[in-house]
Amino acid sequence: MSTLSPHRVRERAAGARAVLLGAFVLLAGSFFKAQIIDREGYRLQSATNRLREVRLAAPRGTIFDRYGNIIAENEPGYSIKLFAPSEDSLRAVLARIRKLIPFDSSAEEQVLRRYAGARYQPALLTGTASFEDVSRLEEHRYLLPGLVVQTEPRRVYRTRGAVAHLVGYVGEVSEGDLAEERFPGARLGTIAGRDGLEQEYDSLLRGVEGSRYIEVDARGRMVREDAATFFVAPIPGSPIRTTIDLPLQVFIDSLWQAALPGTRGAMIAMTPDGEILALYSAPTFDPNAFVGGIPGRTWAELTRDPAKPLFNRATRGKYPPASPFKLATAAIALKRGIVAFGTRMPEPCRGGLQYGNRFFRCWKREGHGSLDLTGAIALSCDVYFYQLGLRIGLSNLLEEGTRLGFGKRTGVDLGSEVEPTYPPSTAYYDRFYGPRRWSSAVTLNLAIGQGENDQSLVGMTQFYAALAGNGTAEPPHVVRPPAGARSRGLGLTTAQLEGLRTSMMDVVRRGTAAASGGRELNVAGKTGTAQNPHGKDHGWFIAFAPADNPKIVIGSIMEFALHGSSVAPHVVRVIRRYLSRFDPTLARARVNVAVQQDSAPRVVEVPVDTTGAGR
Amino acid sequence: MRGRGLDRPLVGTVAALTAFGILMVYSAGQTDVPTNAQGAWLRQLAWVGIGLIGIAAVFRMNFRLLEWAAPSLYTLGLALLALTLVIGTGGGTAAGTRSWLTIGSVRVGQPVELAKLATILVLARYLSSLRESPRTLRDLLTPGAFVGVPFLLVLAQPDLGSAIVFAGILFAMLYWSGVRPRLLLLLASPLISLLLAANVLWWGIWMLLLFALLVRWRSYVAEGVAVYVVNAAMGVLAIILWNRLQPYQQKRLTTFLNPELDPSGAAYQAIQSKISIGSGGLFGTGFLQGPQKRLAFLPEQHTDFIFPVVGEELGFLGVLLALVLFFTLLLILLRIARRAGDPFSSLVTFGVLGLMFTHLFENVGMTVSLMPITGIPLPFFSYGGSFLLTCYLAIGLALRVAWDSRVSGYTEI
Repeated sequence: MSTLSPHRVRERAAGARAVLLGAFVLLAGSFFKAQIIDREGYRLQSATNRLREVRLAAPRGTIFDRYGNIIAENEPGYSIKLFAPSEDSLRAVLARIRKLIPFDSSAEEQVLRRYAGARYQPALLTGTASFEDVSRLEEHRYLLPGLVVQTEPRRVYRTRGAVAHLVGYVGEVSEGDLAEERFPGARLGTIAGRDGLEQEYDSLLRGVEGSRYIEVDARGRMVREDAATFFVAPIPGSPIRTTIDLPLQVFIDSLWQAALPGTRGAMIAMTPDGEILALYSAPTFDPNAFVGGIPGRTWAELTRDPAKPLFNRATRGKYPPASPFKLATAAIALKRGIVAFGTRMPEPCRGGLQYGNRFFRCWKREGHGSLDLTGAIALSCDVYFYQLGLRIGLSNLLEEGTRLGFGKRTGVDLGSEVEPTYPPSTAYYDRFYGPRRWSSAVTLNLAIGQGENDQSLVGMTQFYAALAGNGTAEPPHVVRPPAGARSRGLGLTTAQLEGLRTSMMDVVRRGTAAASGGRELNVAGKTGTAQNPHGKDHGWFIAFAPADNPKIVIGSIMEFALHGSSVAPHVVRVIRRYLSRFDPTLARARVNVAVQQDSAPRVVEVPVDTTGAGR
Repeated sequence: MRGRGLDRPLVGTVAALTAFGILMVYSAGQTDVPTNAQGAWLRQLAWVGIGLIGIAAVFRMNFRLLEWAAPSLYTLGLALLALTLVIGTGGGTAAGTRSWLTIGSVRVGQPVELAKLATILVLARYLSSLRESPRTLRDLLTPGAFVGVPFLLVLAQPDLGSAIVFAGILFAMLYWSGVRPRLLLLLASPLISLLLAANVLWWGIWMLLLFALLVRWRSYVAEGVAVYVVNAAMGVLAIILWNRLQPYQQKRLTTFLNPELDPSGAAYQAIQSKISIGSGGLFGTGFLQGPQKRLAFLPEQHTDFIFPVVGEELGFLGVLLALVLFFTLLLILLRIARRAGDPFSSLVTFGVLGLMFTHLFENVGMTVSLMPITGIPLPFFSYGGSFLLTCYLAIGLALRVAWDSRVSGYTEI
């Protein structure tokens, strides 16, 4: 019993007790640190372990026309999302879904891409599931772990293709968009406007996404669909009111589909103050196809189509302005006081003009004879405008044209817009051809809207709006004039404006036999034929009406239309349709249209102008 | 048997721990994801019943008979352990080891748990037969060998956790038999060398310190040289031993040192365990409600990692309650060991204390990354029949010792 005598045992027991106490303090202290001091960090980790965010789309703002008609709105739709712990299990579930509802392999690729982009979020399978599809999936829910079905507001454009280029379309924000910070506040997969109004006013329309959370287990399988820990309601986007006349817009579409099937072109209607009433580009497409993710096949069809249906010809197409530009030349000359309406040029038109060693033709071989400005505008005489251009001088022509805004975008609030080509000064030619490698013969081309001169339809229509109005066109706009966009002041007196309008109408009195009873509607306009080195010419027609008190300005271009006069009848129908809203008697009125016999000059060969003005 | 002689605090504490444990095993089975822990609490309850029979049997056993039978029990235990090396199978939490004895396809039990008790008995018998406490390392050779054999057998399974328990038992009982702490330190020094060998600087400092201690304590020259040589050899051996460790054991050790190295792999358990505990806070998420457990983020939630369930669902208060119960049990065992009527009984009781303490400290410690992760169960909590039975048998021994000392009229001095 020597080793365990009582007093020695008491000593050892004290030691043992000390060790036990130390161990207790050590353990309790460790738990205190983890559970009391570091608690929040662990709680967050526990939450990130098990909670996966499901985003709740915010309803996009409604887009109204000027009368309160709805251009774009939302309807309840079903989105099907898949939540998966791994790519393999996602593939397995997709294979099972494919037996229940149809979707093509490109859609599957897209789902896998979305999944790879954000693994901790449910990948969108489709944003446009039908009720039947949803109920079929719900029936087989036990086979489809990670299936998340949500009712989500879905964008719908009831007038479909009629408004496509106007409103644009919506689509998911991609990684590229995020890198470029195109959509501030948006996240990967957020629905954002991709074109037109949807893009321009995206920050207003989009709203703010909400979120809810689902709970997953350690293997990433969904356990509960609604972990009610957090719920953030989405904030709906704001509605916007536009200047669009939706019935007119739809009318243009149905007119185009019926009378001009397959014709590529565009039409813009606006008030003289720049409010866009309608904007149409053909061929068009159905913007609804983009909602909920465009099927790969549809996308391929749209992008491979040689007619480029996604291309907005009204704002992004660039064409030689041709004859409609003669009014700009005339306006510049009038403003500078170089001519009056009665001024005649030294050379009468004999079917062309010898300048240097070149002969510049007039479109009319027989010639127009001697004309004053009014007559030259009415008959669209090239020879007169060649001489007028020379009289203005190249530098002045460039300077004044630039001042009128022919070198700048209009700033129309419809997404990206093409920048027109118009040399700001002669330095442009020096740079383009090299100093002294070009001659002032370029002036002749420029004066009749050819050469280094390419304009967009919206820009040319804006210029005519200025002619139709008080000589100053506000920037064209659909919602409101963009900040910093300038109005184009023509710098003409009221009398000069009146004179230009009269000249445009002159042709009616001269051309058509006047035998009308009852109402008459006079449409002042200018046709044009733009040289197209690649094929048939493009036809222009820009008009306003009523000629004495313009309420509507319409510009239209039709590719491969040969002649502007073939564009005119359609424009006139649109004008009549619009005006008869205010005066129903106009619906039956006799329409006098100023359709000049138009020039269709071949490209005039200027020795150095080899590239065809770089269009 | 007189009810008066029953150690009521011990019975009460064990009853409380058992009830607590059963509740936690039940909770561990309540998950959103089906696991094999679902009905475990019922089987555990059955094992409690078997354990109570065990307690009664041991309680009625004469300690002299037990002392006499100790070598045979020890031999039997070793034989079974050796058998596992030949026909042992993996299973349960010890899937990577050969710790299970299987007859047909029925897993009978893990002999290592009973071998722990047998080792306590034989060690107590040897140490109580000594006239003097061991004074030199030479004197420690025999008791060292008693533990060394099962230690090595278990390591060969390989079951690092149980090996640590054997070491814990040895050190506890040597201490209780009067071996001076400095001698225990020298005994442990090769192990310390082994651990420090990973870092040359630390190992160098340790060797210098050891040299200073050897000189200061004026041990026998031969002994001092032996200790020093063994330590040096361990430093070299460490690398070789390290390479001999199973990859999962290596990983466990490295991730213990730096859990963030491999958050999805070996450190997963450590991280998830700590998240469960930490997210519990002061009051916990509520009984049965712990999300980490429910969603199966917490591995082995009904066996090795049952304590994080306490931490997650019952919070720091629940943890504190469990720890207080455990340390109360240990202090009661200490008291019984002190008051025991004879050295054998006293040493057996202290051996039981060492066993319980090692399990408790290692198991609970690993859940908060205080200790490396080795798969050993928590007494009265972890689901598992062999170990629960062992614990009850051990408590039965302590109860008998307490009864004996009360009957013989022991009064504390």
